[in-house]
Amino acid sequence: MSLKPSFLQNEATAKLIWPLVALSAIIIFNILFTPGFFHIEIKDGHLFGSLIDILNRGAPVMLVSIGMTLVFATGGVDLSVGAVIAISGAIAAHLIRPDYVKGVIEYGELTPLFQVIAIPLIVSLAAGLWNGVLVAYVGVQPIIATLILMVAGRGIAQLVTEGQILVFIHEPFQYIGGGFLFGIPFPIILVLVALAATYLLTRRTALGLFIEAIGANPKASLYMGIRAKVIKVAVYMFCALCAGIAGLIICSDIKAADANNAGLFLELDAIAAVIIGGTMWGGRFTVAGSIIGALIIQSLTTTILTRGIAPEITLVFKAVVIICVALIQSETFRNILAGRLMKKEAGK
Amino acid sequence: MRLRLNQKNIPILATIAVFLIIYAIGGFMYSGFFSLRVFVNLFIDNAFIGIIAIGMTFVIISGEIDLSVGSVVALVGVLLATLVHDHGMHPMLAIPICLALGAVLGCAMGCLIHFFQLPSFLVTLVGMFLARGLAFLLSLNSIPIKHPFFESLVDFGFQVTRKVWVPSIAMVFVAIFALGVFLSHFTKFGRNAYAIGGNEQSAVLMGLPVGRTKIYIFTLNGLLCALAGVVYSLYTMSGYPLACVGLELDVIAAVVIGGTLLTGGVGYVEGTLIGVLILGLIQTFITFQGTLSSWWTKIVVGVLLFVFILLQRYLSTAYSGGDVGTAKQNAQDDGRTATE
Repeated sequence: MSLKPSFLQNEATAKLIWPLVALSAIIIFNILFTPGFFHIEIKDGHLFGSLIDILNRGAPVMLVSIGMTLVFATGGVDLSVGAVIAISGAIAAHLIRPDYVKGVIEYGELTPLFQVIAIPLIVSLAAGLWNGVLVAYVGVQPIIATLILMVAGRGIAQLVTEGQILVFIHEPFQYIGGGFLFGIPFPIILVLVALAATYLLTRRTALGLFIEAIGANPKASLYMGIRAKVIKVAVYMFCALCAGIAGLIICSDIKAADANNAGLFLELDAIAAVIIGGTMWGGRFTVAGSIIGALIIQSLTTTILTRGIAPEITLVFKAVVIICVALIQSETFRNILAGRLMKKEAGK
Repeated sequence: MRLRLNQKNIPILATIAVFLIIYAIGGFMYSGFFSLRVFVNLFIDNAFIGIIAIGMTFVIISGEIDLSVGSVVALVGVLLATLVHDHGMHPMLAIPICLALGAVLGCAMGCLIHFFQLPSFLVTLVGMFLARGLAFLLSLNSIPIKHPFFESLVDFGFQVTRKVWVPSIAMVFVAIFALGVFLSHFTKFGRNAYAIGGNEQSAVLMGLPVGRTKIYIFTLNGLLCALAGVVYSLYTMSGYPLACVGLELDVIAAVVIGGTLLTGGVGYVEGTLIGVLILGLIQTFITFQGTLSSWWTKIVVGVLLFVFILLQRYLSTAYSGGDVGTAKQNAQDDGRTATE
């Protein structure tokens, strides 16, 4: 008997099979029915193509779902990610054009790029700290704690932009959302970095195990001496940081901060990605699954758009997909299905 | 109902105090704040929030949550507008269709939550996006509702004084409030809701119809959301698919500020009414101030909700021997509430 389990016997990888099958199905559908879908070309040393586009457009959702996965693993949820995206973008745009809200159209002296990136991310971390403290130390249910920021946060973002859409031109900052590194769109690089960092932190240290322990059995983890509260706060902060980076990508990509619409409804995409990826509340989590989940969501959206179906239907579509996946993961539903199938077999 | 000064009643007393303080400050700062007209306007402008908040009170008392309310209001408004404006349907027919849609949506969510033991938060979040998506499918723009019958509904009401007019939507709000008080205090349904929220396992062991009551609660809530949608379209005379984004927070805030515990089992519909009036007062305050923008409302509501949650947490830990479900609080300390 070999000590290393084979690929399929490994629980973590076995979980990824169904999401991978779903993703492959969508891609195969597109290869068969969407002309030029698989076509990747190199223009001026940059990669272009539908597949690259899915990765690029999906970068914010992928980033947020990495953070959301860890929050899920501790038995919580973060509804405020969309609002944090709006806040982060609003602050970045405000730093680039501080006088715009006062009606000054000319550009003043450009704020150093370092500040334009660092300050929104620090504020995002503060938002995560707020969520984490509410959940871990005050003991508010995660849904309610993050709902406060989900709605009030958008109010804060509007406060920063004074209700306007702040447009800007700032070449170095636009690199975040529209630049290329080694021919690969920069948002994809950011996702890869976040993914690698999360993997190293959770799978190469005991942190991942602690998070799973907190989510699976809070009481036992307490007796084990895990500092559950601190870890929870850290996880919410990490999730908000991911959302903050996603906010920078979105803001830099559209060259504007729209406090009303940036990241609107993104919570569902992230939650859907995490659930499709096979992480349920509390306990075992798989970040890779969430990434595949996010890719499924994004390729569904792209497919709907390229097939000329009304984009409005995507919300309905996503809602149906997520409830189906949740049902499949519900034991009662599986039992009912199994019961039906057994009855049918008995009837034969 | 006898009010005793025990731990249960402290949140509701705090609510009344907050209401009086905001009202007094407003009256002190602005002339005309104390007028009957401003007071009646609270019932007109917040009729739709109030109607949902009463449904939400039952949902939260039973220990669940509903995040779909804002989207359902938007969906119903757009459906009503499409039916009346685009298809020329008579509102007498269109309104019942809308109400039925709300009830069916609520019932479906209740069934998913009960039969498949899915967390109510997940199911209603999906419901939120489904309803919003359906509203977008019906129309992307604001549709006006122009119909003689609809206008007569809006104009229906009675004059109190020369300046004060009580329209139909305020009366609907008061009627639904009365219904909520009746349901919560004088019916089996209300008692079952409290029992489920207090301790669901005990409720099952006592032989209470837990599943049926939960489905009833979500159906009632869906129906009330649809009614609120109709009231909202009477109020704005149009249907708009992006209406009421973030209404969930206002409604949940109204319920929590009204003294209902988020952990379930404790709360009064009467408190919710005051919670709604407080939100309305904040809005009025910002309107009277004139220099503050609409986003301040969101921020203030968030802060107020936070303060009341702190108050509730403080009270439930300070009197741990009190009659608030201690086991539930422990579960909450474990941080697993999202899963339950």
